[in-house]
Amino acid sequence: MKIHEYQGKEILRKFGVTTSRGNPAFSVDEAVKVATDLGGQVWVVKAQIHAGGRGKGGGVKVAKSLDEVKQYANQILGMQLVTHQTGPQGRKVKRLLIEDGADIKKEYYLAVLTDRASQKVAMMASSEGGMDIEKVAHDMPEKILKEFVDPIVGMTDKQAENLARGIGVPEASLQQAVALMKNLYRCYMETDASLAEINPLILEGNGNIKALDAKFNFDDNSLYRQPDIAAYRDLDEEDPDEVAASKFDLTYIALDGNIGCLVNGAGLAMATMDTIKLFGAEPANFLDVGGGATTEKVTEAFKIMLKNPAVKGILVNIFGGIMKCDTIAEGVVAAARVVHLKVPLVVRMKGTNEEIGKKILKDSGLPIISADNMAEAAQKIVAAVAH
Amino acid sequence: MSILINKKTKVITQGITGKTGQFHTEKCQEYANGKNCFVAGVNPKKAGEKIFDIPIYASVKEAAGATGATVSVIYVPPPGAAAAVWEAVEADLDLVICITEGIPVRDMLAVRNKMKAKVAAGGKETLLLGPNCPGLITPDEIKIGIMPGHIHKKGRIGVVSRSGTLTYEAVAQLTDLGLGQTSAVGIGGDPINGLKHIDIMKLFNDDPDTDAVIMIGEIGGPDEAEAATWCKANMKKPIVGFIAGVTAPAGKRMGHAGALISGGADTAEAKLAIMESCGFKVTRNPAEMGKLLKAML
Repeated sequence: MKIHEYQGKEILRKFGVTTSRGNPAFSVDEAVKVATDLGGQVWVVKAQIHAGGRGKGGGVKVAKSLDEVKQYANQILGMQLVTHQTGPQGRKVKRLLIEDGADIKKEYYLAVLTDRASQKVAMMASSEGGMDIEKVAHDMPEKILKEFVDPIVGMTDKQAENLARGIGVPEASLQQAVALMKNLYRCYMETDASLAEINPLILEGNGNIKALDAKFNFDDNSLYRQPDIAAYRDLDEEDPDEVAASKFDLTYIALDGNIGCLVNGAGLAMATMDTIKLFGAEPANFLDVGGGATTEKVTEAFKIMLKNPAVKGILVNIFGGIMKCDTIAEGVVAAARVVHLKVPLVVRMKGTNEEIGKKILKDSGLPIISADNMAEAAQKIVAAVAH
Repeated sequence: MSILINKKTKVITQGITGKTGQFHTEKCQEYANGKNCFVAGVNPKKAGEKIFDIPIYASVKEAAGATGATVSVIYVPPPGAAAAVWEAVEADLDLVICITEGIPVRDMLAVRNKMKAKVAAGGKETLLLGPNCPGLITPDEIKIGIMPGHIHKKGRIGVVSRSGTLTYEAVAQLTDLGLGQTSAVGIGGDPINGLKHIDIMKLFNDDPDTDAVIMIGEIGGPDEAEAATWCKANMKKPIVGFIAGVTAPAGKRMGHAGALISGGADTAEAKLAIMESCGFKVTRNPAEMGKLLKAML
């Protein structure tokens, strides 16, 4: 689960990580009030969406007067912000963060994530803050330092010092940086985060170190025990169809093609999408119906897929194991009737009670095209859609 | 022969009294030598009782002591699953198979590091398969997990995959072509797990009854590339490789927590290229895994 920058900073402050001062605003008036309450002469007006690259897209502006705060808030709030992470349609800005200006002497990069290969927690730091870190990793990999933390031991002073010295934090600010890194590690672990990224982390003229940005991802498997984090969820930032699907225990992800896919199992679902592409078309979605595919679930799955106007055909690929093919066939027939299916439907079923399942499809009187294997199914739906 | 398990293996079921545990224990018992293999269950609140004639013990240690079991399978719900793994490790079992899906990553990180620390301190090593996996099967001998038994056939091909249904797909293709399996192993779709592709490939390489292997991977993580590099230098048997997720977009979790493209090296294309350069026969058509393998024998 992703959250907004202002929420990330609230979490950081709870764990003793210094951040810039600021508050969220949901309207232009509120933005001006937040700036007035903060005081000072310079403010930053920042669009809050769940995507990076906001500055380049025009979603971050520095205001030198309250009038400018008002002007920028007016501009940004409600805009369709396009960044490299939003896709060409962009994302509508519904929340702002108003912060005080910072006296930036130096920008660093700092991140924590779980490293699969070593099965440890990796803290990464770089002297090249404020930039696209993937570009730094590509052009100057030696500028990214890593420390691997054993979760049983926790982050040591030595590890934090190595990173802080390595990225060139001045001696006078070193202890502050060490404390901040250890607090960030503790924050990462205690909130069940899967990514915590501060870019940039800054050194101010007065020697203070603070977080100017905050990006968090959280482990979905752990949200049940993180009610404070779960409360930060902003459904406006998520695809409404993906949210609707999750209520029925379906994993749905919209894609750009025109063939809807309904499959059991994540690996088989990806393989089915790949097979469609192999035969010259593109999948319209990823949809895993999971283990117990009841008639109700299959019907919901059809409804969600067909909400996408691009869908010109549907491919159902089921490997019946514990879930039997006849059960699935009944579900597919019922769903096709309920939604008055008008696009071609190809069904491939394999496994337990395969023959009974195929008979149910055949006897339904519906124009369902049957296929014996994945490749044949993909070819048939691609041909039917092209027709 | 086979890898990891055979008809003589004695198994403890952790979470045997839950709905999922009961359902699958019954199916595992019905398969081949299952009646003799599944010898104990664990539930501290129901110790002394029986389920499907299987005695229930208060702890894994007690169950292992009373029955001589060396393997456990876990169906415990996510909040307690990592603790269940650790209990089996502390009881010095040989192998723990964790079926549970949805375990917090932090819990798995902790238990994996505790397992490594135990071995480093001279303790007995317990292997872990999973979590979030279908389990493993040695056809006509023993099935430990949630895979449909009837699609398998005894034979000389090894299968290893992260995904459940994609493992079944490969197995069914082989069986339809008359090729049986020595063992079929699902290593699971989570980012922090136990046995990886490379570990299973090593076991298949050393198994005299395995002639060839189908290795299936998916987007995300370095495991398939690591296994491919090892195979290039060491593997004596032909391998067919497939990676799911050519069409998966970056930054989206494709069902499995571990199936998420994060850098450039963990895309399906990158993994397919590495496998090909390491001597695998790679296919982009998952319907052809079995046929390709047959052509290599």
